Amino acid sequence: MLQAENTSVYLGGFVQPVFDAQTVFRQVMNAMARPGTITRFDALTTPPAPLISVTGSIAAALFDHDTSVWLEPAQASQPALTGWLTFNTSTKIVAQGFDADFAIVTDAGALPSLESFAQGTQEFPDRSTTIILQVESLDQGPRLVLEGPGIKEKAFISPSGLPDQFCEQCSANRQRFPRGVDLLLVSTQGLIGLPRTVKISRG
Amino acid sequence: MNTHGELATYNFAYLDEQTKRMIRRAILKAIAIPGYQVPFASREMPMPYGWGTGGVQVTAAVIGPDDTLKVIDQGADDTTNAVSIRAFFQKVTNVAVTTSTRQATIIQTRHRIPEEQLGENQILVYQVPIPEPLRFLEPRETETRKMHALEEYGLMHVKLYEDIARNGHIATTYAYPVKVEGRYVMDPSPTPKFDNPKMHMSQALQLFGAGREKRIYAIPPYTEVVSLDFEDHPFEVQTFKDPCALCAATGVYLDEVILDDKGSRMFVCSDTDHCENRRNEGHHGHLSGQALEAQQ
Ligand SMILES: [Zn+2]
Repeated sequence: MLQAENTSVYLGGFVQPVFDAQTVFRQVMNAMARPGTITRFDALTTPPAPLISVTGSIAAALFDHDTSVWLEPAQASQPALTGWLTFNTSTKIVAQGFDADFAIVTDAGALPSLESFAQGTQEFPDRSTTIILQVESLDQGPRLVLEGPGIKEKAFISPSGLPDQFCEQCSANRQRFPRGVDLLLVSTQGLIGLPRTVKISRG
Repeated sequence: MNTHGELATYNFAYLDEQTKRMIRRAILKAIAIPGYQVPFASREMPMPYGWGTGGVQVTAAVIGPDDTLKVIDQGADDTTNAVSIRAFFQKVTNVAVTTSTRQATIIQTRHRIPEEQLGENQILVYQVPIPEPLRFLEPRETETRKMHALEEYGLMHVKLYEDIARNGHIATTYAYPVKVEGRYVMDPSPTPKFDNPKMHMSQALQLFGAGREKRIYAIPPYTEVVSLDFEDHPFEVQTFKDPCALCAATGVYLDEVILDDKGSRMFVCSDTDHCENRRNEGHHGHLSGQALEAQQ
């Protein structure tokens, strides 16, 4: 058992790192540029649970020794998970959300306040956290209406498993523009990008 | 193992993976903050800065084996700059290249936006020499950054208004400043102001790379891009008196071409692909016969 756990840290990364990273990046870029569209993902990584393949692939594509990542305390204390991330990406893991370039949230219902993450500054609003938020599904929840850059008029999404105050949190996040966090909603179905510019309402 | 002997000495798309990741992270932030200039650690490229190394680095970070690349300079695919950059990417990526706007998935450009409306599956990458629209007003980076942070764009309007006082109209015809999504004033790179309206609500994603100045910025699709102007002097694009001499197109951007040493000249589409398509479709300008002779 212990043996399997130790070796699994080294397994499940990209098989073709150069091309897989490019594929995943283009999918993330597409999702960020077109909020409201579900971008499908192939399972290019097999990270330890509770991380899903989409999360593992985004990490493998974008994290490295220049990035810092915040994990929920329950995940940060799992050597299999932190070991997989650090072996496959060399990323630093940080204890405070406001120090993080990225955050991985596996329990969407317990999403911390968006304000607890790095917001960037008025002069450097890019120095902010991108939150990878694992949700139950991208299309089984209550309908949300999206407006803003990247969206022709309106877009509709129905992710499930979001916290109750999600729309209010996103609205407050948008008020801080150009500061603010960016979100990637991920499930086994793929990815929806929610940049800080997006306006979200129930509908 | 490696069937592409020539590629063996390079990583795919030339840049190392760490550099690509850094540029990719910058691109994602640029998309999330439309019109804001994200600093990035620009790399030396095997070509001079004047050749659009910022655009080249953005394309290199974005491009994959399934892409089809088009490179234009002043609207043409066959200038030295465009030919060299296209050859560079053929060598380091082996991707398909094209001169057809319609067939391209990535179009890298200097000085023009294609006449044909771009689609959702396309990315337009601009080579930018000076990304800071406020630079001519304020040479210090710390100050221009503060002006963007505080949305202090009054000086920019004063400058444009001085133009009107001096010339009776806004004399700026290239790199005409725009405001993106009602927030950031942005330099559209040295494209003619004729192309500014094409940036507004574009279906294609627009990415801008400035190599020497180490900045990346972006306009997501379906984003509001407004050229700065005044109520009594609204923004206007250049208009041309005659249609294209070769394909009779109107409402396109025309370049002046000298025909002989006696000073004969004609005005033709700057977008060579657009002009060629129109002629293939049977459109003929008043000099189309003559121009063909001149070429022979
Ligand atoms: Zn023409």
